[in-house]
Amino acid sequence: MADRAPPDAPRIRAAGLTAFYGAFAAVKDVTLGFGANQIHALIGPSGCGKSTFLRTMNRMHEVVGGHVTGQVLLGNEDIYAPGVSRTRLRRRVGMVFQKPTPFPTMSIYQNVAAGLKVGARLPKARVDEIVERALQQAALWNEVKDRLHTSAVALSGGQQQRLCIARTVAPEPEVVLLDEPTASLDPQGTQRIEELLFTLKAAFTIIIVTHNMQQAARVSDTTSFFYLGSLIETGPTKQIFTAPAVEQTEAYITGRFG
Amino acid sequence: MPGEVPLRGRNLGDLAFKTLLTIAAIAIPALLAFLVWELYLGSKLAIERYGLGFISGTNWDPVAEEFGALPLIFGTLTSAAIALVIAVPLSLGVAIYLTEFAPKWIRQPIAFVIELLAAIPSVVYGLWGIFVLIPLLRTAVFPFLRDTLGFLPLFQGPIYGNSMLAAGIILAIMVMPYIMSVSREVLLAVPTSQREAALGLGATRWEAAWTAVVPYARSGILGAIILGLGRALGETMAVTMLIGNRHEIAASLFAPGYTMAAVIANEFTEAATDIHFSALTYVAFTLFFVTVLVNAAARLLIWRVSRGRPSGGQGV
Amino acid sequence: MNRLGWRRWKSRVMVGLMMVAVVVAVAPLVMILATLVARGAGSLNLAFFTQIPVPAGETGGGVAHAIVGTLLIVGTAALLGLPIGIGAGIYCAEYPTARLAVVARFVADVMNGTPSIVVGVFAWTLIVDVQKHFSGLAGSAALAMLMVPMVLRTTEEMVRLVPHSLREAALALGYPRWRTSLSVVVRTCLPGIVTGSLLAIARIAGETAPLLFTALGSQFMSRDLDQPMAALPLTVFTYATGPYDDWHRIAWATALVLILVVLVLSLLARLATRQRFGSRG
Repeated sequence: MADRAPPDAPRIRAAGLTAFYGAFAAVKDVTLGFGANQIHALIGPSGCGKSTFLRTMNRMHEVVGGHVTGQVLLGNEDIYAPGVSRTRLRRRVGMVFQKPTPFPTMSIYQNVAAGLKVGARLPKARVDEIVERALQQAALWNEVKDRLHTSAVALSGGQQQRLCIARTVAPEPEVVLLDEPTASLDPQGTQRIEELLFTLKAAFTIIIVTHNMQQAARVSDTTSFFYLGSLIETGPTKQIFTAPAVEQTEAYITGRFG
Repeated sequence: MPGEVPLRGRNLGDLAFKTLLTIAAIAIPALLAFLVWELYLGSKLAIERYGLGFISGTNWDPVAEEFGALPLIFGTLTSAAIALVIAVPLSLGVAIYLTEFAPKWIRQPIAFVIELLAAIPSVVYGLWGIFVLIPLLRTAVFPFLRDTLGFLPLFQGPIYGNSMLAAGIILAIMVMPYIMSVSREVLLAVPTSQREAALGLGATRWEAAWTAVVPYARSGILGAIILGLGRALGETMAVTMLIGNRHEIAASLFAPGYTMAAVIANEFTEAATDIHFSALTYVAFTLFFVTVLVNAAARLLIWRVSRGRPSGGQGV
Repeated sequence: MNRLGWRRWKSRVMVGLMMVAVVVAVAPLVMILATLVARGAGSLNLAFFTQIPVPAGETGGGVAHAIVGTLLIVGTAALLGLPIGIGAGIYCAEYPTARLAVVARFVADVMNGTPSIVVGVFAWTLIVDVQKHFSGLAGSAALAMLMVPMVLRTTEEMVRLVPHSLREAALALGYPRWRTSLSVVVRTCLPGIVTGSLLAIARIAGETAPLLFTALGSQFMSRDLDQPMAALPLTVFTYATGPYDDWHRIAWATALVLILVVLVLSLLARLATRQRFGSRG
């Protein structure tokens, strides 16, 4: 697969990356970069390796026993170099999951502030500021500002997911990974999330895995198509959806398989 | 501001955390190994002096330094057997009723009440046994049994009150909640399709329960029963208070007997010679092995039915 | 048709028999509780809770020494047993396939089925025989050993009920593993762990056999764990098997106190899980 990184210097970039679960290669030799302040969509049929690839960006696939060969460069540091701390890496590359995962024992406020706990100690006033900013960014502030100290599990599914986005962006990571963040939401909840992604990209590099091609087309700046663990094609979203270069890509986006 | 977190760094917290947890986890097998070792050391004297003859000897005389544990083993097995004969049909009846027949709203409360029985301390059963159960047995139940079933050697001879049968009955009450709650869990794990298939073939509800549901859960129920057996074998206080504590093997269930657990409870503080201590420790060692085997068998059977789910058994 | 009638009739009879079984099974509980209240409640007065026993033959006195003894012995047992049981339970849940976890789980099941009197003998050889005197601490050690396997199994089950997604969410925030484990996973199932711990404490609080030749019992107030010590279940045993009517009265009253302690602990345990965590994933 040829190296076709987006034009501007990538914020995070995989180079010759192969990801394994045991002996099974779920992602095969992918080289792909993601520019700052853009939204990048990863698409492909289920089992194509797009989620695994996403999880290699902050080494979350290792939680379920995966490993990789190749490199992922954050800036110009290899996140798989020996001595790299996964916890420190994840403070710089945050992640939002398919199902909302608010911490059930914490209030809304505590949930948003949860990621700040592992960084340097901050004064209360500063934490208040960050929580408000993060909830604003996640378009949730107006709905919850009067009940910040109530349980987070009382929120609706869509609100919970926006809460998780607020929790992820509160510590100001450089990169935000989203793994099918709207898969469990209704259309209205999905729309809110898509809208807030546009505001978020001013501050972050965003990579989103989605099984929904319309969503990729609506929100992303670049799109990469995965199939059977390989990166088939990547490019500006418009180009991928209107004039794909590879036949498999065309087959997928026109719904002929998947 | 974000780039300020350097990627490299070590995490000593994780190391400390894992070390502490590992120490706690190692403590468990270490404690058991230590227990086995201490029991072995304690009983070494008696093992060397009596060997396996300990198990077949019938005479127990600390003064003459003669120790034969057969009456104890007999009493332990007999009282446990009586307990199972009474408790198994009762607990299975309740478990089947609660999973298959009872109105929904009544299931939880009844199960709760019966499981409360498991929370009552053994010594309280003993107390109740001495002052309520024994008088009732001596004046009403035992005479009735002698009059009706007296042709069997089991129900002949003088009636003392404190007896093998009394111990068996109190044990039955004590192990019933265990058998009931584990059987119930196992029956609840039987897929609904089993019932529906039988009912679809025109079976009555009882036939569906007895021919489709119970056989499906058979080995789990057997596990529950063996678990109850394990409890009955090791139960101490209530038995000590009711069995009569006599080193003899009698045909009649009205006669007093003794169990392994009871002899330890009674004689350990009174023992004066090393060999007496050692003999009692030998009894404890034997009892330990018997219960380990019985429990291992039970766990295996329950595990086969509810594979994947950690087996219950202490669900109070 | 006749045959079907017979089968229906049989079904009805069996259901009837099972209902009888329920009544027979519930009857002992009702009888025991009723007798305890009937024979014990009358003796419960202030003196009973604040005084120590009077010499045999005299009336009056109380079991304050046994209440204090039970609190000290069981409290110490909990201090010894809970950290090991909870720690090992978390280990088994965190590293479920580790060989040590498999071994610890199996051994816990073996220990769970070990008769408490055998554990008493172990504590005797370990502490009493070495120190050459009975002590409350030896009793605590025996009780701690009894509670460890119960606490381990409930802790492990509770930790495993926490959805994996919560763990991932915390890790993705940059939480180190220990922090993920404690402040998210364990924190989420803490009510369940508390319940398991309280049930284990309730269970050991009623244990008599392992205390017979460790704590031994005493007629006097003792707060020194290095000395023989009274405990409620021991007091019930001593007084129930003694020859005096007044002793039997005290035995009933003490048993009532003991059962109240056990039931209150069990009830607290259930209250702790009332506020269960919301979405289970």
